Amino acid sequence: MEKRIYLDNAATTRVLPEVFETMKPFFTEEYGNPSSAYEFSGRVANRIAEATEEIAKLINAKAKEIYFTSGGSESDNWALKGVADALKSKGNHIITSKIEHHAILHTCEYLEKQGYEVTYLDVDENGLVDPAALEKAIRPETILISVMFANNEIGTIEPIAKIGEIAHKHGIYFHTDAVQAFGHVPIDVEAMHIDMLSASGHKINGPKGIGLLYIRTGTKISNFIHGGAQERGRRAGTTNAPGILGFSKAVSIASEKMDERTAHETKLRDRLIERVLSEIPHSRLNGHRENRLSNNTNFCFRFIEGESLLILLDKKGICASSGSACTSGSLDPSHVLLAIGLPHEIAHGSVRFTLSEETTEEDIDYTVESLKQIVERLRSMSPLYEDFVKKEKLSKVH
Amino acid sequence: MSQVTEYSEKLMDHFMNPRNVGEMENPSGVGTVGNAKCGDIMRMYLDIDENRVVKEAKFKTFGCGAAVATSSMATELVKGKTVQEALEVTNKAVMEALDGLPPVKIHCSLLAEEAIHAALWDYAKKNDIVIEGLKEPVNDIDETEEFYKMQGE
Repeated sequence: MEKRIYLDNAATTRVLPEVFETMKPFFTEEYGNPSSAYEFSGRVANRIAEATEEIAKLINAKAKEIYFTSGGSESDNWALKGVADALKSKGNHIITSKIEHHAILHTCEYLEKQGYEVTYLDVDENGLVDPAALEKAIRPETILISVMFANNEIGTIEPIAKIGEIAHKHGIYFHTDAVQAFGHVPIDVEAMHIDMLSASGHKINGPKGIGLLYIRTGTKISNFIHGGAQERGRRAGTTNAPGILGFSKAVSIASEKMDERTAHETKLRDRLIERVLSEIPHSRLNGHRENRLSNNTNFCFRFIEGESLLILLDKKGICASSGSACTSGSLDPSHVLLAIGLPHEIAHGSVRFTLSEETTEEDIDYTVESLKQIVERLRSMSPLYEDFVKKEKLSKVH
Repeated sequence: MSQVTEYSEKLMDHFMNPRNVGEMENPSGVGTVGNAKCGDIMRMYLDIDENRVVKEAKFKTFGCGAAVATSSMATELVKGKTVQEALEVTNKAVMEALDGLPPVKIHCSLLAEEAIHAALWDYAKKNDIVIEGLKEPVNDIDETEEFYKMQGE
């Protein structure tokens, strides 16, 4: 088999065999529609009820506060559009950050077209939202604050509890896109004053196509998909039984192994960071050095462009991703890297490696060795590097 | 969807094994186009003999796979041509020689064409000659505009 080192776990993860085994019978044997009246379906409904309890426990929520969706993007859309609609007579202002996922940012842009006003908070050079700046942005007509739990590109973990506290002090709903954090870091919706939370199955070794929106009891939010009575009438559509049961299994494994996995990933993450920064000149780490997801690294290599780097990594069997414009289909580099203050040309040379519990020290060392060769090769082709070297020589002469 | 999977075999070959990468000590003409802001910079060096024939072409490129491949192909296409013929190497010719480009990468071929023109312009200026049809190159083309123009074709 060809070599493959998968370091793109923030994009998606492998479905664990135990998760897949849990799901299987609900495709071929226990396929009844949990909304139906007969016992054959009731069995499925009961399993879903247990699964929902299991998931709710992970974030200290109640099962009736968990609403299943198709994934993180849908949950984000629902939270923003649902609250905006339900509270339109109360106000039209939303506060979010400049480094949110596009599922939040593009929904905000849509809402702006509908007449809502959105404040996009700046972040510091590490990607942190400043709670004091957030509090200052609050207006009488502010109806919602939405700040992500942890950033998908640079891994920075936001001061969620502090933001939640401010939101509640002012009587404003607080939503957090926790797609990258759910199952990876401890989350307590009570202690952190979270009213709504988006999560996704496939980021924690669960299946794709299943996610959830946690909605605190009593939160005013419009129903999202109209139709049947599923999800207590708020989000219609035949219940995705295998998805929910797989998601739940992934949650219980993630919950059980959280400490062990975090320790393993942190050790390898730090090895990768230390080796790259010390062995590859003109490299930098993006995101907070300590306050970041245990599986996330994001680097910039000056004078080279991200897509070229990714193709050459791919040729060596390494899967990674980049904030380069060329990999996004747009012409601008990552909005997150620009928001932390990187100039365009440096933002174009970024690459993200996201680890998993299956990543080994060998994988990390192979990646560093490959990176060294690739960066050197691309720099030897780069006119920016050529100019830099010439300038260096000149300054030595003078 | 990543564009990388849409790259032709020929393009990948020119990216993995780029032809004529390098610098030149005393080029007859050298031109740099693009900007780092947009993520692509190409520099082309030309060695042109007394019969105005391109003897050697070299390039350096900061950019994506398509940017490297179009630069590589552009150097191949101008080699052995007279300056007048080199001027006729269009972005379309570069694209066709690479068996096509994904739509969002068409601007790379425009940049390659611009790089040839910029190097020729430098050569003309140094030798105080006029190359018929050669306009002063824009070394900072508005990619967004060009991109949409090409998309509309």
